[in-house]
Amino acid sequence: MSFPWAEHYAPKHPLMRYLDEKLPLPRLVYNAVGAGYPVPRNLNYFWNFGVLAGAALGIQILTGIILAMHYAANGLVAFDSVEHIMRDVNSGWLIRYAHANGASMFFIVVYIHIFRGLYYGSYKAPREMVWLLGVVIFLLMMATAFMGYVLPWGQMSFWGAQVITGFFSAIPVVGDPIRMWLLGGFAPDNDALNRFFSLHYLLPFVIAAVIVLHIWALHIPGSNNPTGVEVKGPQDTVPFHPYYTAKDGMGLGVFLIVFSLLLFFAPNALGHPDNYIPANPLSTPAHIVPEWYFLPFYAILKSFTGNFLGIAAKLWGVMAMFGSILLLFFLPWIDRSPIRSSNYRPMYKWFFWVLVADVLCLGYLGQAEVTPTVVLLSQICAGYYFSHFLIILPMISKFEKPLPLPNSITEAVLGEPAPAAA
Amino acid sequence: MATLETADDPNQRPAVIGPDHDEGQGPRRRDFLNIAAVAFAGVGGVAVVIPLVNQMNPSADVMALASIEVDVSKIEAGSGIKVAWRKQPVFVRNLTPTEISEAKAVPVDSLRDPETLDARTKPGHENWLITMAVCTHLGCVPLGITPSENRGQFGGYFCPCHGSQYDTAGRIRAGPAPKNLVVPEYSFKSATTVQIG
Repeated sequence: MSFPWAEHYAPKHPLMRYLDEKLPLPRLVYNAVGAGYPVPRNLNYFWNFGVLAGAALGIQILTGIILAMHYAANGLVAFDSVEHIMRDVNSGWLIRYAHANGASMFFIVVYIHIFRGLYYGSYKAPREMVWLLGVVIFLLMMATAFMGYVLPWGQMSFWGAQVITGFFSAIPVVGDPIRMWLLGGFAPDNDALNRFFSLHYLLPFVIAAVIVLHIWALHIPGSNNPTGVEVKGPQDTVPFHPYYTAKDGMGLGVFLIVFSLLLFFAPNALGHPDNYIPANPLSTPAHIVPEWYFLPFYAILKSFTGNFLGIAAKLWGVMAMFGSILLLFFLPWIDRSPIRSSNYRPMYKWFFWVLVADVLCLGYLGQAEVTPTVVLLSQICAGYYFSHFLIILPMISKFEKPLPLPNSITEAVLGEPAPAAA
Repeated sequence: MATLETADDPNQRPAVIGPDHDEGQGPRRRDFLNIAAVAFAGVGGVAVVIPLVNQMNPSADVMALASIEVDVSKIEAGSGIKVAWRKQPVFVRNLTPTEISEAKAVPVDSLRDPETLDARTKPGHENWLITMAVCTHLGCVPLGITPSENRGQFGGYFCPCHGSQYDTAGRIRAGPAPKNLVVPEYSFKSATTVQIG
């Protein structure tokens, strides 16, 4: 769907007209990301991050396919084949660093994209399905990133696989058989490495497919905007092309500059030196940490230290960690406020920033060594994370007095009432 | 999309013979055929899924319970060694008399996973504490098999991943792990030789 005033695809060249009759792919592109897709005129740079996430996925798929040409998924040689890529393969170091740091860039961009959605209420009706599909993509990304991190078969790879598949052993009764089924053994070994490689290659394409659904679902109501006010007429929109192709192009340039700085000047800044030690099943690194993008969830996992209500601490930790993400599926129905944008929600706006700070704290605590202080702080921060969604959001949607909304996007942009729609 | 005149089109399928609904005459033969065909395809589909799921389980060579023999004659009291069994590390530790009495002094009821030291060792060899070196929380290898490593506040083992602490009987005393370190199947072949598995 699109707005009725969307520009119509009218190919002029006979070849394009012929193609339009047989396979209207150019028409699809024109209506999806071309001049045929009207978009609110007031989107700010935070709306770049969806396209940037797509670009990051593209970079990961491209570099990943190349790496797979040089990598060997066998426990005996996997570590050496990665060193082979780094030292011997022409430009191998560049492609591998691009893939490793590309994953970090992908997560940075997606986290900003998610918090953009939280701030501007993009998860609310009529865009719930867009949000749900987004959470699915996020889960798939985490699975893909985890399995990718196992492939170099260094110490962090091995022990990360051990710890993360250990989550499943927390499930009562069937936990251990499930873990053995996932790993194909008693501990991570060649079988696990092989299947992780197979799935790590598959899942990005599944992500790409879900992204198609995500965009499809988005294009039915159309994009949200910083005011959260619905589009009311043609004066509120501009065509996606050239307006937002240009704006996204600008954002993409900045993204690539930041990516290049990371890639060329600090390629190991976000990695862990222990992963340059070959996997050793007999020795755990003194301090296991996951990749930075999992740290907030890892902190929630670690914050449970005692049995509670007859349920083991281990199971609580795992349930809380998965729950912290699964909770997002219910967000469109937890937040009852009809106002989307935080710019008009004086109370929510504060709690939004407290949540950002809370997640950053959890991230810090996730990589900190386990001391009583760290455990206590993790418990407070994890407790706050859940209260934000389960207590604070339902409460403030009851008591908050929203600020007056602009009558239309155009009014918000121009500061005066819009002329009557044509 | 315009509807084309197809009356004279030789590619057109002939109309289905007989009425679509035999009104009031109960199920048709076609209903039976539909249900039978779909049900049979469903059974076949499930049958195909079984091997596709089962291939993920540990393969025969992994399941082959290789047993290993360990010479414990060189292990001094208070120290221990780590050996690999079924690709997993196992702690073989020679407890000192102090460590044994410490483990025995703990009231069993106060434990998270109540077990006595005697139940976790072999009669006549109670100074030999043989356990999996796999933390029951998330599978890390705890520290403490040699005296120079961090043994935690209960003198047994300390898991560096999430801070679980085990006592000198390998029992969970603090931290997130739910169970004691697992005691594998083993037996003493002689005074100084242990067969694990």
